[in-house]
Amino acid sequence: MSTGKLEDREQTSAALGPFGACPLPIFDHPQIVLGHGSGGKLSAELIEKVFVSRFRNPTLEKMDDQAVLEIAGSRLAFTTDSFVVTPIFFPGGDIGTLAINGTVNDLAVGGAKPLYLAAAFILEEGLAAADLARIADSMAFAAQNAGVQLVTGDTKVVNRGKGDKIFITTTGIGLIDRATQLSADRARPGDKILLSGTIGDHGITILSQRENLEFESALASDCAALHDLIRAMLDEAEAAGNLQGVRVMRDPTRGGVATVLNEIAVRSNAGMVLRESVLPVRDAVRGACEMLGLDPLYVANEGKLVAIVAPQIADRVLAAMQRHPLGADSCIIGEVVEQPRGMVLMKTSVGGTRVVDVLFGEQLPRIC
Amino acid sequence: MKYLDEYRDGDIAAKLVERIRRVQTKPWVIMEVCGGQTHSIVKNGIDHLLPGGVELVHGPGCPVCVTPLEMIDKAHAIARRSDVIFCSFGDMLRVPGSDGDLFSIKSRGGDVRVVYSPLDCLKIARANPDKQVVFFAIGFETTAPANAMLAWQARQSKVDNVSLLVSHVLVPPAIEAILSSPENRVQGFLGPGHVCAVVGYTEYEPLAARFHVPIVVTGFEPLDILEGVLMVIEQLESGRAEVENQYSRVLARGGNRPAQELIARVFEVSDRKWRGVGTIPGSGFQLRDEFREFDAEHRFSVEAIDTREPAVCISGQILQGIKKPHDCPAFGTECTPQHPLGATMVSAEGACAAYYAYGRHLKDADLITIGDGRR
Repeated sequence: MSTGKLEDREQTSAALGPFGACPLPIFDHPQIVLGHGSGGKLSAELIEKVFVSRFRNPTLEKMDDQAVLEIAGSRLAFTTDSFVVTPIFFPGGDIGTLAINGTVNDLAVGGAKPLYLAAAFILEEGLAAADLARIADSMAFAAQNAGVQLVTGDTKVVNRGKGDKIFITTTGIGLIDRATQLSADRARPGDKILLSGTIGDHGITILSQRENLEFESALASDCAALHDLIRAMLDEAEAAGNLQGVRVMRDPTRGGVATVLNEIAVRSNAGMVLRESVLPVRDAVRGACEMLGLDPLYVANEGKLVAIVAPQIADRVLAAMQRHPLGADSCIIGEVVEQPRGMVLMKTSVGGTRVVDVLFGEQLPRIC
Repeated sequence: MKYLDEYRDGDIAAKLVERIRRVQTKPWVIMEVCGGQTHSIVKNGIDHLLPGGVELVHGPGCPVCVTPLEMIDKAHAIARRSDVIFCSFGDMLRVPGSDGDLFSIKSRGGDVRVVYSPLDCLKIARANPDKQVVFFAIGFETTAPANAMLAWQARQSKVDNVSLLVSHVLVPPAIEAILSSPENRVQGFLGPGHVCAVVGYTEYEPLAARFHVPIVVTGFEPLDILEGVLMVIEQLESGRAEVENQYSRVLARGGNRPAQELIARVFEVSDRKWRGVGTIPGSGFQLRDEFREFDAEHRFSVEAIDTREPAVCISGQILQGIKKPHDCPAFGTECTPQHPLGATMVSAEGACAAYYAYGRHLKDADLITIGDGRR
């Protein structure tokens, strides 16, 4: 749809709307398309135009993975996430493991100790009870592993065909008990970009399990709770007397490392330079991406961490990550620079330079 | 990783660039024919490694880009039907027709599916006997054997609820059209590696001789492209105009005979319209008469749809190497992959979309230097 049409619609709504001359923006799409869930530009547009515009407040507008709330002298992290993955069971985990670890990670990257979770289940009529029990077992195991308790929940059943077996929403609360200042707007020129291991494992594992794609791999999802890795990193920074030198932490899920780094670059009004030659990508992931025309920088991870760390403590924090089982392959993939602001660049293996932009919607396999 | 890293080695790349620098004495304009090559050049920043006198211009070899708008509208008309399962390669889904793209048709209830192989359509057709399965068979010579195999197997195994919407194009007539244009700037070509893996490169030999232009059939990895450029410049500097094969690890002069035989049994050469360029005689494939029952245009008798492209779009000139994305006032402003105005922005392999995807619409993006400061 052209921009012209959008303006027309905004004017119409201004004429008809109850709020006089200052209408809420109208969304530029007559229907929701899959790309609105991709984590790329379409998702950002949906969130801004439909939600942020209506619920505007300083906490929401920070757009971090969790809200940080000061309540009666305590700093609490609060977050929610929905899980709709197909297939529901896959190598390395299942939808239940994801639902616990995803929310635990969104709390942990805010510097919080995850404490309590709520879970809501939408079940499709006909779902095998044994499958549901298996998913619940996974959730119990993952929760125990992450040191969180599932303390409340809800269950609904919808008619066959009105859901896809099972959808899970988890909501979590954690306590920020040290003086961290973690936010996407805190990256500074000179900071190092740390990554906790190989990228794209989860996304390619899921893709390889889909029925219409006949390639087999020994890959497994990297699904994991990152709270303990993060604790080790913050302990190290604190021991170095520079807790606030850990500036930003993100788990690069949907949209991958590229999308997360672009968000940080924009929010911090700084540039970033990555080195392609040091990006850790498993051969199986790389091979699948080459075949399908996908870029692992945009493929989802479920147990990886990107951290922006001050140069003075970057090596110490990196060493602490490498000592942790979930961070053994950690490395520095680039650094924050002054210019060009809001952009992520990459020095390619072959010696060229390119911009790593945010994708519009989903990555599409190329024709040939 | 084997078969990848050895073709992306920075040290070897620097040596190839140095050899190009030594050989080149005059400015030259070289066209890479394939969209896959364009994508690789922009993704790896290869054009920024080359000496200033070597200009790469981007050719017409993006099959999604050159599929005419009226064909896309026909595809959408078929995909909207409730009795149809419409199957396509992934990158066709976001190409807008006159009213939305295949994603939006899917969001309104159309059954649109991405397939990785045309033969997946047979499985889908067998599993859904009450539906019509239609495959959008686009592409150059590269995809022709697999697309032909779908029609062939559908007929052999009597799967009659499958059909193909064919919009196939051929490379040599497009090269001829570019070289015949009075505005032509192209002095040498990186030939299409995967196209020639199927059909060989004997057809290119008369073109090289007639227009006195070197054509080096080239692969897609960074070192392939740098070596291809070096081979073209060596020919240009010594006044030769031959067809050479840089991609010998994949293809031979005669190509793949069984694939050619299959194509010849299923398809015949026809005139085709190219988006942004117009109709080029003998530049495409259509299904032969004996496969007419598998022709979706025939089966669904979709009416011809007349559509017009926005006047500002210069994609026709870009596809012929006369202009570049930055020459267009709409590039990156009015025209983006979200709202493409023309052929070269609709697919990741189009020159405009590749420039956009790798940030070349952003301010100063072309002036960015990192590390050793080499552009």
